[in-house]
Amino acid sequence: MFNIIKTRLRQKHRTIAYPKQPPSLPDRFRGFPLLGSGVCAEGCAACSEVCPTNAVTSEKSGGLQLDMGKCVLCGKCAEGCPAGLITFSKDHRLAASTREACVAIAGQAPPLASPLPPKLLSLFKRSLKIRVVSAGGCNACEADINVLSTIVFDIGRFGIQYVASPRHADAMLVTGAAPRNMHAAIKKTYDAIPDPKIVIAIGACAISGGLFAGHTQECAGVAALVPVDLFIPGCPPHPITILDGLLRILDTIKGSEPPRGSVIHQADNLLNNHD
Amino acid sequence: MSRSLFVKIRNGEALDASDVADAPFGEFKNAVLDAVASGGRIALLCAAPEAVLAAKQPAAADGLRLLCVIAWDEEGQLGIASAPVDDAYPSLTPECPQAHLFEREIYEQWNLVPLLHPWLKPLRFHAPYGKDAAGNAPSIGHAPFFQLQGVEVHEVAVGPVHAGVIEPGHFRFQCHGENVYHLEISLGYQHRGIERAMTAPGAKKRRMYYAETMAGDTTIAHATAYAQAVEAMSALSAPPRALALRGIALELERLANHTGDLGALAGDVGFLPTAAYCGRLRGDFLNMTALLCGNRFGRGMIAPGGVGYDVDGRRVEQLRERLDAAYRDVADAVALLFDSPSVMARFENIGRVSKQTCVDLGMVGPSARACGIRKDARSDFPAGIFNFVHIPAVVWESGDVFARAFVRWLEMQQSIEFIQSQLSAMPEGEIISCAETAPLGNRLVVSLVEGWRGEVCHCAIVNSDGEPAYYKAVDPSFHNWMGLAMAMRGQQISDFPLCNKSFNLSYCGHDL
Repeated sequence: MFNIIKTRLRQKHRTIAYPKQPPSLPDRFRGFPLLGSGVCAEGCAACSEVCPTNAVTSEKSGGLQLDMGKCVLCGKCAEGCPAGLITFSKDHRLAASTREACVAIAGQAPPLASPLPPKLLSLFKRSLKIRVVSAGGCNACEADINVLSTIVFDIGRFGIQYVASPRHADAMLVTGAAPRNMHAAIKKTYDAIPDPKIVIAIGACAISGGLFAGHTQECAGVAALVPVDLFIPGCPPHPITILDGLLRILDTIKGSEPPRGSVIHQADNLLNNHD
Repeated sequence: MSRSLFVKIRNGEALDASDVADAPFGEFKNAVLDAVASGGRIALLCAAPEAVLAAKQPAAADGLRLLCVIAWDEEGQLGIASAPVDDAYPSLTPECPQAHLFEREIYEQWNLVPLLHPWLKPLRFHAPYGKDAAGNAPSIGHAPFFQLQGVEVHEVAVGPVHAGVIEPGHFRFQCHGENVYHLEISLGYQHRGIERAMTAPGAKKRRMYYAETMAGDTTIAHATAYAQAVEAMSALSAPPRALALRGIALELERLANHTGDLGALAGDVGFLPTAAYCGRLRGDFLNMTALLCGNRFGRGMIAPGGVGYDVDGRRVEQLRERLDAAYRDVADAVALLFDSPSVMARFENIGRVSKQTCVDLGMVGPSARACGIRKDARSDFPAGIFNFVHIPAVVWESGDVFARAFVRWLEMQQSIEFIQSQLSAMPEGEIISCAETAPLGNRLVVSLVEGWRGEVCHCAIVNSDGEPAYYKAVDPSFHNWMGLAMAMRGQQISDFPLCNKSFNLSYCGHDL
């Protein structure tokens, strides 16, 4: 008993101050891509040739496009671009409300998911119960979703909780490429959640099939099966990226203004202990 | 001596694919059975098209060949043998349970029937290779489950979607009252078709990413196994500094997952202090991996020929400090766990797997070491940094939940010591070998890495053009799922979450 109390004191208070304080991310973290508006050399496809998920295209008409719904954030395109038109910022905010908004274009700021419609917001703002369905995920997205309920992120303080039955849920959160063997389970879970409900797709796999798109196991992501309300790209998205998305649809993090000092680090605190 | 049938190989060293020992099936079968009886373990049993093996004996070009890799863990020896087969062959499973899942896998992939296999049903519920249309796939989860009948006997079905944030799988318990007589585990929900995709046209730029996501919590181990295989086949060698960094990343992965498991075990018995502390500390270890490469799971850290990221002095210092701090806190949290009689009452004598069962099933990793089996690919089949640094396998004899928890804690202490010693004396030099080497044709390589769950085994064959023609990956979970089923026999069904967590096996690593 005394040992437990002593240990408790030594372990300290560990819940991060985000979103009141900026998150602390590793200096090698890759976040939202910044695409230059320069013109690609004629016939140059250096970026798309190395992209494992064909997320980046350099078609003449629209200039460079990077579909974050497919991107695994490996950074190979940035390394490969001879004109240096692609850089990955430290901006963790990747969540988008529509599939189209996941596509980054030159000069564009992060998409910033919008709050739920007023009726849903009044229902879910202070209590959002989530049923998690892992469907062809590699357990990395799952791990970084799980970590949100630890003392570090403590999503309970925002009224968010993972629940053990679809009957208790307001939202279905899906990870993984949603392969054929999970189609029935996804649809049944969706149907078992009472209306009104929302669907959240986490990670490149859930959004587009990611690396596994085009496989004969019909890995096309969850949007091919049920309507999706929130897309959180990444492979896997950092827990802060997921939290940012959830708090934006709940209007806890508001508007286009980043929460105070959000994201970008000064060089000197790059290596500070982060969460 | 039938062991002579096996061609001796070394972890991560390629051999000419046509040098793989080739025997008539009867001889092959006897040799495998003898090998297993004499302390060997089936590390891999698979079927590959005759064409990719280019075996010495001419056979039908469209035929199949069984390929078996035996690991004599105690002697640190690996051997490989093969035999041609037609549409069917006498199953090895009745005499050698280690072959059970492998034979089901071969049957599902190639329609190659193991005659008299006692448990022949789908494993991942996909269409046979070459007949990939959806209509040819069996309906997921629809298999004749083993059933118990009698008064007050009942069946409990769980999954595929589980109550927490857990991968999908189906569990079927045969119970009498609270007691479990048998648990049947039916997986396949996570099947993404990775193995097949590894050799698909145009897969070259995706292969490393496939390896990294075979099991996302085992990114470093699978990626290292893949990188070792590529290096062996193109006569490339990773520089010493890269080997040290790979070792550091591998042990960080082990630390993160073991810490998470100890916390989750504490949570499953309702001991919240350790659950809360370890939940946080797991993240601290993941963040140390992110300090190396920007990603908490080590994506991009491993590359064929070396590693993707270097560390400077400042980063090394940061890592050492964080490691010390995390170790202090985790030691505290774990001491609470093992010092609490209420925890020990729930850990001891629960989910016991006997040493004999463990050997029979060919279990690997901490789950096997918790049954007193001294095997660890880092010391038995060293590759990379483990050629220079010896990490002795730690064992505990009791085979119960406590043993699986305690072995993890012992391993964590070794991992910390290993990382600290590596960081204090990092080899200088390059981190990646960029020498362009022509791919060697007609090669076969077996690459083993001791991941946090146990032995990760990759086997690759390149054809005469140097293109990968066959790829096989075995996640340690593949060897161990049956161990969980055996651990549940005679247990109360309410102990399932605890037993399950004590193994913490991968669903996607099994389903691939």
